[in-house]
Amino acid sequence: MPGGHATRRWQYLDHIRRNPGPFNQDSDVSEEALEALDQAKILVIGAGGLGCEILKDLALSGFRNIHVIDMDTIDISNLNRQFLFRQDDVGKYKAEVAAAFVERRVKGVEITPHNCRIQDFDEDFYMQFQIVVCGLDSIEARRWINAMLVNMVDMDNQDSLKPLIDGGTEGFKGQTRVIFPTLTPCIECQLDLYTPRAAVPLCTLATIPRQPEHCIEWAHIIAWDQEKPFPDLDKDDPEHITWLYQKAATRAQEFGITGITYSLTQGVVKNIIPAIASTNAIIAASCCNEALKIATTAAPALGFEESYMMYSGDDGIYTSTFKYDKKPDCAVCGEVAKPLQVDPGMTLRELLDSFAVKPDLQLKKPSIRADDKTLYMQFPPSIEEQTRPNLDKTLKADLGLDIGHEIAVTDPAFPALTFRFILSFT
Amino acid sequence: MAPSSFTDLSELSLGTTMKTIFPNPDDILNFVLEIKPDEGVYTGGKFTFTFNMTQAYPHEPPKVLCQQKIYHPNIDLEGKVCLNILREDWKPVLNLNAVIVGLQFLFLEPNASDPLNKEAADDLRASRETFRRNVKVSMAGSSALMMLAHSASRG
Repeated sequence: MPGGHATRRWQYLDHIRRNPGPFNQDSDVSEEALEALDQAKILVIGAGGLGCEILKDLALSGFRNIHVIDMDTIDISNLNRQFLFRQDDVGKYKAEVAAAFVERRVKGVEITPHNCRIQDFDEDFYMQFQIVVCGLDSIEARRWINAMLVNMVDMDNQDSLKPLIDGGTEGFKGQTRVIFPTLTPCIECQLDLYTPRAAVPLCTLATIPRQPEHCIEWAHIIAWDQEKPFPDLDKDDPEHITWLYQKAATRAQEFGITGITYSLTQGVVKNIIPAIASTNAIIAASCCNEALKIATTAAPALGFEESYMMYSGDDGIYTSTFKYDKKPDCAVCGEVAKPLQVDPGMTLRELLDSFAVKPDLQLKKPSIRADDKTLYMQFPPSIEEQTRPNLDKTLKADLGLDIGHEIAVTDPAFPALTFRFILSFT
Repeated sequence: MAPSSFTDLSELSLGTTMKTIFPNPDDILNFVLEIKPDEGVYTGGKFTFTFNMTQAYPHEPPKVLCQQKIYHPNIDLEGKVCLNILREDWKPVLNLNAVIVGLQFLFLEPNASDPLNKEAADDLRASRETFRRNVKVSMAGSSALMMLAHSASRG
């Protein structure tokens, strides 16, 4: 019986895999092609709300060799929707528990967990996969893996091109998109679709906060760094959050701001996005169907024509699939510098602060150079000290920047990236 | 400008034993790295290396020279450093961090098998204790080092 059961499990999937259709050729359904699918290695990034769904769906779509990366451990608050985890698993690594669960449940699938950050791996690691599926809640991680996959593409080696399938949800809204690195618009091209949420200009945080969130960000970014109550901030450690909460509350009181609570502190610091299990299920399912279609060529996938599917359930229900254009001045996959229009009288500090809130940049720790001049570098310490006086200088009169000058900006969060701009004045 | 050296520098991880000095902050292709080993036989010493990245960086490795006369099997008396990734094993995917880790390692584990300073290597091979003593003497002053080098070459 077990054998028969196993065969029947894949009966319908096999129909899709074995029968040529209008969108593929006989060679796509040959035994070799089917074997190739069985050998295909697929990487899942994130084993949280979306990740649990994605792992389950991929395993049930016939992918047999799956790797999953997640640095997080299971928190009790995950259990309502991250259905691969049980109460006993609290404190264990998400990737490990999720992998073991799906392996137990779906015979024949092999899932390799990696309990670490995506940044801990290099190009050689990512090169082994055929497809990458992301179920992340962080824009920063998306930008990082996007830059990695774009940089990996070698035009002489077809295998270096890894389709990237990216799912994302927020409440009742979600999105699925497919990126063929260098060929179709990348995540950086589409960055301005995200409104920068937590990024408040540092000057606002440091001088006059207006909202409770500003006080919390102040405690998080400025007070923590100055006082270092603990060596490293652990956003899951109640003691650390309490410290931030109390700092923020004191500051709020000074400025007559109300509304600071422990849970708001936790929400702001951890950048918690409200999650709804069903939205995750919808988005994960669509991501995995695209993965299956790309791997089997059974039907046209998102990607070359239309690359972006949005799902909106918070105001009725609506989905739209559309084409997004590649940006020629994209910092990751584009070739030309972006125009940057600024007030010549602004200080370098104001310019750098503005990078945090610019939708297409969202950089928290930018370093900046002009053609032959180091304007400001956050690192190493010696050069930071040497260039710090520039922060209060004005762009044109003091620093001598002018229309047409090219400036380059980097940020430690995206080591592979240099953002290039051509300056113009308002 | 060489954007890769710009991004490279912004992600240097120096730890507590090292710092960088930029004689001209506008020229980020040239800087000095100071290492004060806190482990191994060179503990207590202070060594500086000039780093020069050409416009070809990262397709060519940075040029690295030790500014002190040093008694070390893998650094010669002109300051040339024997580190594989500074020569034949350099790859454009490597970065300054890799070089700096390599240098740190040389101070932790001087290596007698591929010497630039043959006398120092011979000493290290013959007796770790003698080698350790010579290192201490050499760090006490460069004149002492010269004497040592002379006596060693005389055999």
